[in-house]
Amino acid sequence: MDGQTRIPILKVGRVLIVPIQVDMDDQTVMHLQERILTELERTGARGVLIDISLLEMVDSFIGRVLSDIAAMARIMDARTVVVGMQPAVAITLVELGLELRGVDTVLNVDEGIRLLRSEFGMDDEDEDGDRELGALAEQINRP
Amino acid sequence: MQSRSIALENEHDIAVARGEVRNVSAAIGFRLIDQTRLATVASELARNVVKYAGRGRMILQPTEAPYGRVGIRLIFEDRGPGIPDIAAAMRDGFTTGRGLGKGLPGSKRLVDEFQIESTVGVGTRITVTRWL
Repeated sequence: MDGQTRIPILKVGRVLIVPIQVDMDDQTVMHLQERILTELERTGARGVLIDISLLEMVDSFIGRVLSDIAAMARIMDARTVVVGMQPAVAITLVELGLELRGVDTVLNVDEGIRLLRSEFGMDDEDEDGDRELGALAEQINRP
Repeated sequence: MQSRSIALENEHDIAVARGEVRNVSAAIGFRLIDQTRLATVASELARNVVKYAGRGRMILQPTEAPYGRVGIRLIFEDRGPGIPDIAAAMRDGFTTGRGLGKGLPGSKRLVDEFQIESTVGVGTRITVTRWL
């Protein structure tokens, strides 16, 4: 995978959804960080949901970038949730000594959306986006 | 299975190295958690080569102990600046760069054997082994 790989960033309601489907090289990871922040600024989203369920490995570099994204997003008034970490990845992370500081992790996309919703609440004008988000979550969760 | 050498010259090679290690460890029969450990170690150590030495290589060696035990050995070699204080580099939290200082001590925890040789101005060789 070269640095040109584009990870999609979808905006649904007030949440940016980032499904990482491939092994990323360092450059792709750095690009992704920049693009998430740019999208946060452009769209005014309040949450970032990063789905790593297909990621087979998180090393100290990717771990640090996830922490950085969460910290930077927080400064931009947005909350970051990482969802779907594989058990083998979680075990390896802990053995490696990584904490993913400042990053909330939950088991799946549904839980992630629930957490983000509870964080900033959903008012009337967001009902459409909210419904859309539910539909998208179903789609992502479907095998 | 034959041993092979993978050039480490840029960030793309880091991804190639960890992918190779995962494939070979799966072929040898390592379970998923060990494949993940080995791919992560490969990623950490290959990145160190590219980051600190600019270039080097990883030798991937399916290996067998005299009494028949099967495993995988990874050797990371470079002719970079070398590590002046290995004991310090092996401590959690020690870093000379932007890293978290988890690379070496963390990698050591993910394998069964970890050997590091380094001479300032000559280069570094790190050998790790994990047994099936």
